[in-house]
Amino acid sequence: MKKISLIPVLLVGALLVYAAQDFPEWGSPNSPASQSPVSSHFIANTGVDTEVPNMVTAVLADYRGFDTMFETVVVFIAGMAVLAILKNSSKKKAGSKEFEVDVEPDLIVTNTVRLLIPVIQIFAFYVLAHGHVSPGGGFQGGVVMGASFILIALSWDLDTALARFPADRCTLVAGLGIVLYAGIGLLSMFLGGEFLDYAELAQIFPVSREMARYHAMLGVEIGVGLTVTAIMFSLYANLSTEGRLKGGL
Amino acid sequence: MFEEGAIINELFIERLNYLIYVVLLLIGLHAMISKNNLMKKLIGMSIFQTAIILFYVSVGVKEGASIPIYLPEHDPHGSHVSLGAGNETEEASHGPVVLEAGLIKKYANPLPHVLMLTAIVVGVATLGLALALCQRIYQGYGTIEEDEILAKIEREEMRAHPSVAVKSMESSKTATSKVKKPATKSKESSTLSAKRAKSNPKTKAKTAPSTSQLKSSRSKSASSQPKTSASKSSSAMAKPATSKPKTKAKTTARPKSASTAKKTAPSKAKPRTPKK
Repeated sequence: MKKISLIPVLLVGALLVYAAQDFPEWGSPNSPASQSPVSSHFIANTGVDTEVPNMVTAVLADYRGFDTMFETVVVFIAGMAVLAILKNSSKKKAGSKEFEVDVEPDLIVTNTVRLLIPVIQIFAFYVLAHGHVSPGGGFQGGVVMGASFILIALSWDLDTALARFPADRCTLVAGLGIVLYAGIGLLSMFLGGEFLDYAELAQIFPVSREMARYHAMLGVEIGVGLTVTAIMFSLYANLSTEGRLKGGL
Repeated sequence: MFEEGAIINELFIERLNYLIYVVLLLIGLHAMISKNNLMKKLIGMSIFQTAIILFYVSVGVKEGASIPIYLPEHDPHGSHVSLGAGNETEEASHGPVVLEAGLIKKYANPLPHVLMLTAIVVGVATLGLALALCQRIYQGYGTIEEDEILAKIEREEMRAHPSVAVKSMESSKTATSKVKKPATKSKESSTLSAKRAKSNPKTKAKTAPSTSQLKSSRSKSASSQPKTSASKSSSAMAKPATSKPKTKAKTTARPKSASTAKKTAPSKAKPRTPKK
């Protein structure tokens, strides 16, 4: 089996290496990707269109907002699917398979984490809120935030983390993030623009059309951040306990 | 044009990034195809994904370019910068401007970064989903080895439809008779169907010592030498498998002393059905 599978693999490899000869050189400014009018337009016009210095955020949340919205929905659906697959799946074996650990949480670990958690969470908010002017955004901030809850679960136990962020609230927060994202899109649609055409929000907020896009992007990123935070923690909580949400690692 | 030096030069020095991405991609692809363990398949999938991300990022690189965030002199809110710096340059004083073609080269391509940014997070979410599916499969079948799962599914089908199972057993018997001989010679014909076929004589070989009266079964057990070759892959499964054939042997082996393979097949399938 292994030898048979090598044949298509090596065939694909040969094709890819053959194709790689025609690829642009490393870092060449004349490569087709860099020469394409799309990316040139993004680099040239992001400042005028949205007043956002970070082009990546502008492309992510504004120019390709529709794409990002449904990627957030994909994250949400994945989290819900994990819930649906693992919920009540191990009820039968719950009596026989107990991973209950009686060991007290380690003093040094918990006290170090106690100091670290606020810093991590503030950093997550910083990454989220400064996604416009520095590297960052909703996805990154959400992952950092979710990691802080996972750190609580690792250093104490899952019950401690779930007391701070219950599983039901995970679902709620994840849904809320998407509602926030889609709500901003729908609001701009009701104001006469197209879906996710944030510039129309200037009609109800006392800002210019460009700054409306700037601030709407922040709202959108917050929605993304909420969803990603909740789903990351929910994934960990469900996977580490086979859906029982009790005990765990 | 096709001198050795030129191609090696092109591949290993100027386009090393593409070579690395191809190698990573092949490792992932090979793991996804050839590994039986679902977890290893997932690891392969992640390596594959990393290769794609590396490809996109290396496409987005521009020599001498900054990250795709406006430098202070092109910042849309440049006036703040000029206040902080103290000296008002021309570019910083006025608001956002459309960059000229020359300045576009100073920034890296933002598009690949955007695509990969979302791909990473979505990849994590889908990996979590895949892990959840693996856990569920393990709860259901007690294994995450692909061939063992397939063997168990086949056994379940036999239990559910004995009449269909007879036909499939007959066909598989003919398959075993074909497979056995080359298998004893060369231990390497371990395709999936062969493994499934081997698992049948294996169970018989275990029942044979408990009854210990059939010469035909001995000859079978003698012919089922592939057991040793198959034992490597299915040794993990052997523990759950042995407990079942023993109970089976007590019920089935008594009435049929020296029956042919065709007759044992339905009797093997039948006594299980009333149990369920």
